[in-house]
Amino acid sequence: MNESIKTTALFALVALLIIGTGLFQSWNAALGILNMGLISAVMALGVNLQWGFAGLFNVGVMGFVALGGLATVLISMPPVPEAWAAGGLRIWAALGLGAATLAIVIMVRKKMAEGLPRAALTAVLLIGGFVLYRSMFDPARDAIEAVNPALQGYLGGMNLPVLLAWPAGGLLAAGAAWVIGKTALGLRSDYLAIATLGIAEIIIAIMKNEDWLARGVKNINGLPRPLPYEIDLQADPAFVERAASFGLDPVTASTLYVKAGYGLLFAAVLLVILFLMQRSLHSPWGRMMRAIRDNEVAARAMGKDVTKRHLQIFILGSAICGIAGAMMTTLDGQLTPSSYQPLRFTFLIWVMVIVGGSGNNFGAILGGFIIWFLWVQVEPFGRWLMELITSGMEPGSTLRDHLLASAAHMRLLSMGLIMLLMLRFSPRGLLPEK
Amino acid sequence: MDILNALVTLANFVLVPALAYGSQLAIGALGVTLIYGILRFSNFAHGDTMAFGTMVTVLVTWGLQAAGVSLGPLPTALLAMPVGIAATALLVLGTDRIVYRFYREQKAKPVILVIVSMGVMFVMNGLVRFIIGPNDQNFTDGERFIISARDFKNMTGLEEGLAIKTSQGITVVTAIIVVALLFWFLNRTRTGKSMRAYSDNEDLALLSGINPERVVAVTWIIVAALATVAGVLYGIDKSFKPFTYFQLLLPIFAAAIVGGLGSPLGAIAGGFVIAFSEVTITYAWKKVAAYMLPESLAPDGLMQMLAVDYKFAVSFVILVIVLLFRPTGLFKGKSV
Amino acid sequence: MIGGYGRGADILNGVTLDVELGEIAVIVGPNGAGKSTAMKAVFGMLNIHTGSVVFDGEDITRLSPQARVAKGMGFVPQTHNIFASMSVEENLEMGAFLRRDDYRDTMAQVYDLFPILKEKRHQHAGELSGGQRQQVAVGRALMTKPKLLMLDEPTAGVSPIVMDELFDRIIEVARTGISILMVEQNARQALEIAHKGYVLVQGANGYTGSGKELLANPDVRKSFLGG
Repeated sequence: MNESIKTTALFALVALLIIGTGLFQSWNAALGILNMGLISAVMALGVNLQWGFAGLFNVGVMGFVALGGLATVLISMPPVPEAWAAGGLRIWAALGLGAATLAIVIMVRKKMAEGLPRAALTAVLLIGGFVLYRSMFDPARDAIEAVNPALQGYLGGMNLPVLLAWPAGGLLAAGAAWVIGKTALGLRSDYLAIATLGIAEIIIAIMKNEDWLARGVKNINGLPRPLPYEIDLQADPAFVERAASFGLDPVTASTLYVKAGYGLLFAAVLLVILFLMQRSLHSPWGRMMRAIRDNEVAARAMGKDVTKRHLQIFILGSAICGIAGAMMTTLDGQLTPSSYQPLRFTFLIWVMVIVGGSGNNFGAILGGFIIWFLWVQVEPFGRWLMELITSGMEPGSTLRDHLLASAAHMRLLSMGLIMLLMLRFSPRGLLPEK
Repeated sequence: MDILNALVTLANFVLVPALAYGSQLAIGALGVTLIYGILRFSNFAHGDTMAFGTMVTVLVTWGLQAAGVSLGPLPTALLAMPVGIAATALLVLGTDRIVYRFYREQKAKPVILVIVSMGVMFVMNGLVRFIIGPNDQNFTDGERFIISARDFKNMTGLEEGLAIKTSQGITVVTAIIVVALLFWFLNRTRTGKSMRAYSDNEDLALLSGINPERVVAVTWIIVAALATVAGVLYGIDKSFKPFTYFQLLLPIFAAAIVGGLGSPLGAIAGGFVIAFSEVTITYAWKKVAAYMLPESLAPDGLMQMLAVDYKFAVSFVILVIVLLFRPTGLFKGKSV
Repeated sequence: MIGGYGRGADILNGVTLDVELGEIAVIVGPNGAGKSTAMKAVFGMLNIHTGSVVFDGEDITRLSPQARVAKGMGFVPQTHNIFASMSVEENLEMGAFLRRDDYRDTMAQVYDLFPILKEKRHQHAGELSGGQRQQVAVGRALMTKPKLLMLDEPTAGVSPIVMDELFDRIIEVARTGISILMVEQNARQALEIAHKGYVLVQGANGYTGSGKELLANPDVRKSFLGG
């Protein structure tokens, strides 16, 4: 009983914070925080699944989020037929060849006995495969990237409804997680952390450099939307009339309408994932996962296939991050690979889970909302604080200008402090695991 | 002659840069490995510790430059470095006192300390950005080259030049001095030996009367020095940008793990393994091949295995390969 | 002494141990009788809530293990009792860490006692054989010139020949005037060299007497020495 009062009170506080933003700043800003809060909550659920339930130390969240973003492009953008004609099949054939080479190498290593012949064959296959791959891949890539480079220069997507990109983002992230999990999950926790950190950087590097895939750092703008455009709403007399009946001007009403629409979509996804996670947490499967987390040796001794379970949960958690990533890119309407920063997309999610309470799904969601709210609001607060501090200083003094200009960097500092204080004084989070 | 030209090209674009970069990574990895050996956790804040030390050095360097102090052909930053080390030592000792010591007394699991170090990473990162901003900062002065490509060509009469930057020379020399000092300290002094003893067998070290808090404090001071030196060397060789230093975490950890976490010798070997692989794999071999192969076989492409942006992939792949075949690293590290 | 680990149940329910200068005292008893625990209690590694530890006429019940080392107690744990990655000589130096005076004499004495260590003094201790490692462990503890040396099952896991040799060395150490308190699994051999023996049963003194008396005691023989 006490537990649920606390949960309700904390969520009421979040609601109050967002409503307060609406009243004192603008409803636009409030809905913006709500939407990103929902997305952050989904990401936090993904990390919570891995860390809170299974003790897997994944600091490659950014990579999976980015893959979700990539899926949005691959699903929703129209294909570029000229680019496909120029080298679409060739490039996929080259990639297939690369994958086949790796598969053959792995098979050879499994079948042959250890020794010089095996090592030599491995080397020959790898080098030969790589040369062949590059000789197929390079011309195809150049051909694709030469097609209308200012606007396209990539293969485009499948022209499917953008909402399909959300599950697709999950699948793409799950696929990547399977490959990573297969190689890295046997490792100790610190090694897994470094490995996932590296993988995330590699995924971002691929998205920045492989222009044929999603235009790299040239970005993709104008992703299709699941909701109507504000401009169209403003031109719709029925909408304008209804807005007027609420006492709103058409421009404000249309932005609020679209943002609220996204909010509903995101909330639906969050609730579905939360429902599934709560169900699994209280199933025998969930109990087994926690048993493995608390005592891996004992679980192994009882005949549990720990590595397989870990792989399962690693894939599921990463998939949730991928879904959240696809949702975020849909909300943004554009894919900008250079905007993916590990502090923002990996470590901030960790702060959310730690602050909210790892091992508790409601805690993770709460953490997602609160930390996102602070992340957004610390900046204006920091500016206000700096103005207060510097108000006594001479206007135009270097120190004053510097302090005012640096207010934006208060974010990282305060996130770190919140995390450290939480770890010290309430290490199990706001809503601890039961 | 062609062979000589090929060798010079190779030295100019691969050997010399990789040697300098490897030295920087090695010193960085030494810091990571020492913390792992003594405090028994992977310190995610190490990149930002390097950034902090470098930042202080940069600020002092600017001050010295403004005051007209210079080291002649050498960068002024060398003069400012001790201040950077001292400031960083105070910072990490303070952090240990306020943050880490609590968990040490609790005997918290290593993974908790790793998460705590993530919090410290945020704070340090914010601190550096707050003080100096997120942008690229240039603070190198003095002579740019020991030998410039043109001088080399004039001297040898070869077609290809070999340029050795002052920063590269300083990096290698400093690295040798730092490593020699560190090994002398660890192997020859009473305090250094007590650190190794503590790292080897904590309980027995306690039984022998070794004071753990003293060992930890000395470790942090050494780590502060190593981090600052690595950061400053990287900064004068390339440039100082806080985010780049955060990203250095990956190759540095790769180096420490490849060498064997907890093994100082391994950290050095790992640093060079990572640096040489990164540079060789992202180097366009066309020019070297053109000298070495007969004209009819001269390559059309750049002969670059991976674009430079994929250098993280190289650290990562080497890391995975080493872990799969030799989980304790090249030199036997600790496994906690 | 009555006490246990942390706030857990008491493992010791009334044990009295006493070692005189230059004596070898041996604690024997069945598994789980609290032999090692009793010794750790003497060394201050667990909570004693009733009773006291008196060393050299001084009550040291409240002192930490480290402080007891400084007072002249040496302790050789059963496992992990050497610095495996350090050389033999460095192990001995670490044993003398608390000493600020010149300890070369003591090191020479240790080398006299264990000549094989002198031969291998630059090798890593982790590379030595089981018996040699035990010698390193004992040597390390001797470096503080303790008045009382405590050994927790020094012969665990070594061959019978090495065991005999180790016992010989222990007698030699006692002859230099150092008291020895040790826990042993090999009760018969240990009692043969002991001046004093303590048989613990369920965390309490069962039988006490000189080594010879205990060996002759029919109850002790029947219960613990296999007839």
